[in-house]
Amino acid sequence: MKKIIVDGKEIEVPADYTVLQACEEAGAEIPRFCYHDRLSIAGNCRMCLVEVKGGPPKPTASCAMNVRDLRPGPEGQPPEVLTKSPMVKKAREGVMEFLLINHPLDCPICDQGGECDLQDQAIAYGVDTSRYHENKRAVENKYIGPLIKTIMTRCIHCTRCVRFTTEVAGISEMGLIGRGEDAEITTYLESALSSELQGNVIDLCPVGALTSRPYEFNARPWELTKTESIDVMDAVGSAIRVDSRGREVMRVMPRLNEAVNEEWISDKTRFIWDGLKTQRLDRPYVKRDGRLQPATWEEAFAAIAEKAQAAEASGTAAIAGDLCSVEDMYALKSLMDNLGSANYDCRQDGSVLDPSLGRASYLFNTSIEAIENADAILIVGANPRLEASVLNTRIRKTWRAKSLPIAVIGEQVDLTYDYKWLGAGPESLSELSKGKLDFYSALEKAQNPLIIVGSGAIAREDGEHVLALASGLAKKVGALRDDWNGFNVLHTAASRVGGLDIGFVPQEGGKGTGAIQQAAASGEISLVFLMGADELDMASFGDAFVVYMGTHGDRGAHRADVILPTATYTEKPGTYVNLEGRVQYAPRATFAPGEAREDWAVLRALSSHLGAQLPFDTIQQLRAKLYEAHPHMAMIDEIVPGSASDVEKLAGKTDAALGGAFVSPVSDFYLTNPIARASAVMAECSALAKSRQAVAAE
Amino acid sequence: MSVRRLHHEQPESFEFTPENLEWVKKTIERYPEGRQASAVIPVLWRAQEQNDGWVCEPAIRVVAELLGMPKIRVLEVATFYTMFQLQPVGKKAHIQVCGTTPCQLRGAEDLIRVCKRKIAEKAHDLSSDGDFSWEEVECLGACSNAPMVQIFKDTYEDLDIETFEKLIDDIAAGNPVTPGPQNGRRFAAPLSGATTLTDIDDSTVGGDPKPFIVDGNEKASHEYAGAAINDGGEGYTGVPRPAQEGVNDFHAAYAKAKAEKSEKGEG
Repeated sequence: MKKIIVDGKEIEVPADYTVLQACEEAGAEIPRFCYHDRLSIAGNCRMCLVEVKGGPPKPTASCAMNVRDLRPGPEGQPPEVLTKSPMVKKAREGVMEFLLINHPLDCPICDQGGECDLQDQAIAYGVDTSRYHENKRAVENKYIGPLIKTIMTRCIHCTRCVRFTTEVAGISEMGLIGRGEDAEITTYLESALSSELQGNVIDLCPVGALTSRPYEFNARPWELTKTESIDVMDAVGSAIRVDSRGREVMRVMPRLNEAVNEEWISDKTRFIWDGLKTQRLDRPYVKRDGRLQPATWEEAFAAIAEKAQAAEASGTAAIAGDLCSVEDMYALKSLMDNLGSANYDCRQDGSVLDPSLGRASYLFNTSIEAIENADAILIVGANPRLEASVLNTRIRKTWRAKSLPIAVIGEQVDLTYDYKWLGAGPESLSELSKGKLDFYSALEKAQNPLIIVGSGAIAREDGEHVLALASGLAKKVGALRDDWNGFNVLHTAASRVGGLDIGFVPQEGGKGTGAIQQAAASGEISLVFLMGADELDMASFGDAFVVYMGTHGDRGAHRADVILPTATYTEKPGTYVNLEGRVQYAPRATFAPGEAREDWAVLRALSSHLGAQLPFDTIQQLRAKLYEAHPHMAMIDEIVPGSASDVEKLAGKTDAALGGAFVSPVSDFYLTNPIARASAVMAECSALAKSRQAVAAE
Repeated sequence: MSVRRLHHEQPESFEFTPENLEWVKKTIERYPEGRQASAVIPVLWRAQEQNDGWVCEPAIRVVAELLGMPKIRVLEVATFYTMFQLQPVGKKAHIQVCGTTPCQLRGAEDLIRVCKRKIAEKAHDLSSDGDFSWEEVECLGACSNAPMVQIFKDTYEDLDIETFEKLIDDIAAGNPVTPGPQNGRRFAAPLSGATTLTDIDDSTVGGDPKPFIVDGNEKASHEYAGAAINDGGEGYTGVPRPAQEGVNDFHAAYAKAKAEKSEKGEG
């Protein structure tokens, strides 16, 4: 710790702080363009100039000066920094004037207007006239992909985008070419960026040079209603802000959550919103004469009630999809319980995770934030770059900070960090756990070994065996301790952990996803409820009567006999549990289109038609029941950790035969759910990614 | 200076000649492992010499591949340094006219007018026969011999309109030209003979520039550049031993010293 005086206020800060951080600590606001907490220091915008007493008689860039490098006073007094002196003000005004020399005056037609760092800081440090009478510089726009629109004349060369893509996203594709006045930001030969995190450069850009192409000229920030929400595109549960105008979601932005997504979100999270408006189911449909025809809610419910009466309790089944909130699943579970059916499952991917073994057996126990404390990582059957892009940046961050050993069993793909490939399938895991591979010693030596098991390793016939091997390995290398639980399951669906938490799995004598499909094909099950479950082989349901509750005209709706339109994640208040087991709450941002209703309300209405009335009339009453049954659901933003000993319970089941190579469930990052498949932007990204793969394969 | 872009017409591919590749590998060895990117400037320079005096896009890819760098990083370097020509240059000579103040005061603008008249109206454009191109550059450090031009690795100094025109004509005709001052003086010595230190008795005479035929970058480059400006000499043939060996030695010596120290400490 080092003492430093900022504007007359003495504070103590760590010596490795920059002067800028120390000033912030002291409450002084420092304007900046190029400096960013999570990126390397460039020191090229010069906006953060401060006066350092005793230093050279010129302003100092506070972002690039360490506190430890400041000279003490003649009698050993702490170094003194002034952030509001006349010299500082004059220096910053000078910098601002230089920045504005070549910056176009097109704020009225600039999408960044209203949320522009340059605009804001020009209010504080700008002068109202220009002394520059030459022609302004003009720069050709660059193509860097379908997501980011460039107006390069506005660029002030802070290089945040270059540093982000290189350091955080792990793709060295952007650069600053040329020099001086002719410097330009571009990708190599204007190729599209290949990162699934590229949208973040839009937020990072302090001016309007990089803006969102889908959001182009759509809205102004001050006319948007901002709702703090939670993302459901993957199981990470990134903090997002849904910006809406009227009934329309205009865009999705990240929110700061140090424990989960820092301040990044993936492109799927950010650009999904056009999918919320297309292909929507906005009224109930009933299949008549082999065709789905619009119907009223009453007709739809009557059609279901007719089938439900004919079907026995054991002939009824329900499968919950990837985007459901906990409330929705709880309502469906209650309905199935009331109907007396034990056939329901939230694991539509067919994974073998069993909540009866305890919470630790299916959570990302280490927690995302604590990945940074790991000193050896083993990834089994997962492609975290596509399955949990934001979590992958945490691994990359850790790898960059201490270049820890990382090994992968599964597909050999570019994860943006170096790793050792140990093998493709469970045989390699088996060998590793027997200590036959070199990497075993790295795990054993590590203080905090981290093992990540992906759904590519679990959602298969020998999944239990793989889990047993992985948990056994975790035990052997000392990853299961009270102070460090290094056994992690990497989920891909936002609803999964919540579903497992509330026990949305087959009850005694009940059937799981696979068995339901088989039974439906054989006629044993005649009534199937699909709640947003689209990632299934729809042909496998045979002649069963399928009730699809969902939002989009996707796979499930095509197969359905009755469609009950419901609300997407932005259109209903819901609780989601992310892969760490963190319970998060997402309020409603907009209303569902047409006659679509929130899932729980649809189920409540349906239940009375089925003679199995649910015991709640409002979402508050539903939550009260939910909290009673599962008290941890009330602990918003917290993790109730599982016990490390639960992981050991997985070890018992090792009798299954070992199968082939692990395959990640995410083959196309941009099209993993019904909303994404309805999005034109995601379709364009997907096509681009495919063509890139094709080129790479040549 | 203007915006520097890759040329609109690019060759299909680029490949280092076996000799140059050998040289490149030796250059990379100058740096320890993981630091190969440090060799980017000399390697790009060699690529430029081999490719008739300009850096083409395939060459950037080849260099990126050789050094394990992202392509965009090599492009950044190639576009940053004006010594890398991004478009084809004159087959015989690319003339870089110094336009910085001392030369400008001594008549660089006249030289530029000569270039415009004899070569091309615009800098970087090729002459009609494709043999010449020119550009204005910043100070080349021969202010005492202003005004001057640089053609590949040699400088031609103390020029005026007549001598400069003659220089261009000689190169065009394939006549040998002599680098250095074109007005008869020796290096930067006074034209009228020594005026100071005349009492020192020293008859040492160093090497003088020798006349040679300027014909393209490759011939004016490493093969000829040497000890006395253009008087033969050897090209760079690599460091005596790769840098990584030195690093390894250092680590070994450090470990040894540490071990001895801890032994003593225990003893």
